[in-house]
Amino acid sequence: MTDTPRPRPLRVLAAMSGGVDSAVAAARAVEAGHDVTGVHLALSANPQSFRTGARGCCTIEDSRDARRAADVIGIPFYVWDLAERFREDVVEDFVAEYEAGRTPNPCLRCNEKIKFAALLDKALALGFDAVCTGHYATVVVNEDGSRELHRASDMAKDQSYVLGVLDERQLAHAMFPLGDTLTTKEEIRAEAERRDLAVAKKPDSHDICFIADGDTQGFLASRLGGKAEGDILDEEGAKLGTHDGAFGFTIGQRKGLRIGHPAPDGKPRYVLDISPVNNTVTVGPAEALDVTSLTAIRPRWCGTVPAAPGTYTAQLRAHGGETEVHAELVDGELRVSFQQPVRGVAPGQAIVLYDGTRVVGSATIATTSRRAATQATA
Amino acid sequence: MAYLDHAATTPMLPEAVEAMTAQLTVTGNASSLHAAGRRARRTVEESREAFADSLGARPSEVVFTAGGTEADNLAVKGLYWARRAEDPRRTRVLASPVEHHAVLDAVDWLATHEGARVEYLAVDAYGRVDPETLRTAIGRAPDEVALATVMWANNEIGTVMPVRELADVAAEFGVPLHADAVQAYGQLEVDFAASGLAAMTVSGHKIGGPYGIGALLLGRSHAPVPVLHGGGQERHVRSGTLDVPAIASFAVAGVLAAERREDFARTVGGLRDDLVEAVRDAVPDAILGGDPDPGGRLPANAHFTFPGCEGDSLLLLLDAQGIECSTGSACTAGVAQPSHVLLATGTPPDLARGTLRFTLGHTSTAADVDAVAAAIGPAVERARTAGLS
Repeated sequence: MTDTPRPRPLRVLAAMSGGVDSAVAAARAVEAGHDVTGVHLALSANPQSFRTGARGCCTIEDSRDARRAADVIGIPFYVWDLAERFREDVVEDFVAEYEAGRTPNPCLRCNEKIKFAALLDKALALGFDAVCTGHYATVVVNEDGSRELHRASDMAKDQSYVLGVLDERQLAHAMFPLGDTLTTKEEIRAEAERRDLAVAKKPDSHDICFIADGDTQGFLASRLGGKAEGDILDEEGAKLGTHDGAFGFTIGQRKGLRIGHPAPDGKPRYVLDISPVNNTVTVGPAEALDVTSLTAIRPRWCGTVPAAPGTYTAQLRAHGGETEVHAELVDGELRVSFQQPVRGVAPGQAIVLYDGTRVVGSATIATTSRRAATQATA
Repeated sequence: MAYLDHAATTPMLPEAVEAMTAQLTVTGNASSLHAAGRRARRTVEESREAFADSLGARPSEVVFTAGGTEADNLAVKGLYWARRAEDPRRTRVLASPVEHHAVLDAVDWLATHEGARVEYLAVDAYGRVDPETLRTAIGRAPDEVALATVMWANNEIGTVMPVRELADVAAEFGVPLHADAVQAYGQLEVDFAASGLAAMTVSGHKIGGPYGIGALLLGRSHAPVPVLHGGGQERHVRSGTLDVPAIASFAVAGVLAAERREDFARTVGGLRDDLVEAVRDAVPDAILGGDPDPGGRLPANAHFTFPGCEGDSLLLLLDAQGIECSTGSACTAGVAQPSHVLLATGTPPDLARGTLRFTLGHTSTAADVDAVAAAIGPAVERARTAGLS
């Protein structure tokens, strides 16, 4: 029923970031009897020598850590230069999305366009059967051979959200050795230690790998030109202050508004809307963040396309909780209504639909509605 | 296993291993005055004499270093500093664009930090510098040339340079010429005195000697400014306690390399010719890099460009079948870059990414060639499917 062990050994390409998860994943693939080759993706045209802080996955040091792990595991190791593809498909997309007032998730984009597209295609062409990563998610093979993507056994580590963009074909060649077992991060580290992998104690990477210092606003400012001053408005359109560029804001953001004077009701104000065309940012009270329905585009299904409207659980952020939704597909667009209003939903983010632990599919949020949903709950 | 990367490093000769291990248990600093020191010094000097003799050099012209890279740095930087100190106008450095990075990066460093004006000498499609090109380049301002550096034979495509003619041209203008002979040593007749060179680099582990030892052959009239300062060993040019076991072993390997050179060139050259033929049979559009005339290339080198392939893909596919070779080009952060050598010969960048270098050595056999013959066709076909990402 589960992904491993398999009846026959596969030729597996293990994507190794230089971190502990992907190293243990590669080691487990070897242990499962597969013929494994490690590959580190060079995603930055000008890699920094060393990590700054605990984040990032594009440094020379990470590449060396990955190579060292591959040597200990005893598998061939290569570095593939996908910097150009990464720049085009992930970084430029990230910048363009922010510029358009949306909040993209580059990790999903990377899985869809790089790890399970550029990398997978090259791997298949070179005779590999599967790409293995250190993601915490589970692939279930049905008796008819079809595949399902499920949440990891350990819900706390589950990363199925960022894999929700994978379609059936991509899934057919994906291997996630860490998702099948109920393992905590501490146990993975202990396992790495047991396997003599020097990355056992390496800090987790987080945030956005191509923004090494973690300063997303600074990165966007450098990419989208200098400061473009615009207005901060309230819900009625009255000017409350100014900002240095609409792209620097995220819906639901509270800090850094610098409005200076309190709202009439004395409650904190949050970013409700970003309009890059007018370069305005609209703020209002927390209640105004309540989203009751949304539409989402570019749906991708991890299996058969759901024919009829249905009830699912949805996840709206990488580490967000689940919420009950009703969803239907209308003219290729996903219409979703929430049983309970949710906050902090921004266009550009991905909504991933689940049926129990099974990933049904994902789509990119296009519009949100803050009033009671009507047409979406047909 | 078919090991076809001898230009990267070649197995140590048993005689060299024996010489090294014999010395590892002997105590003595060759600079010490007591009996142990005298014994060590005797070993070093006897090794130096045999080594020098095998290279057509005088013992005093041998400066032992910790390898080829150090010898290249010492020659390039040291001669630059010394020549400029004699005459501040001398800041021109003439270099071939196909040099090993040990020379190329040293030259670049001089340009960035020491005011050197670097001029790269044009090469032909085989990567060869014409002596007339050097003459013209020096002639533009002969009094301002600090040094010229042109490798004896190229490490990637195997092209042999006309060293003697180049040295003659340099000598006409009184310009010191350095040659990196790391790849030529053991394969071509390398005679320092006959070459007319001011300085020449050789390395131990490319000829069956140990890692971490090399030498700069240095004409006695040249006194480069040291890169390493310290105890004043090696003509005050290269300080540091002499590595007696490595020097003894290097000398044994060097003497054997000279003795066996003709035989080596014939045997290995024959295998190389078979390999070239086999690759061309399997992949008719493969392009042989460097000079197709066997007289103009290293006997152990076969270099190919496979249009539509990435060298990295080929490397992976061949490695999976136990064939160990190289793309021939250097890596930046582990990422293969189009070879500067191929780019200098006018190869388009996309084509320059699809290269493989097979280099043979004293342990190579016909079975190695057969392995390549069987594997290369399907590997190229598959790599072409993967394309250039």
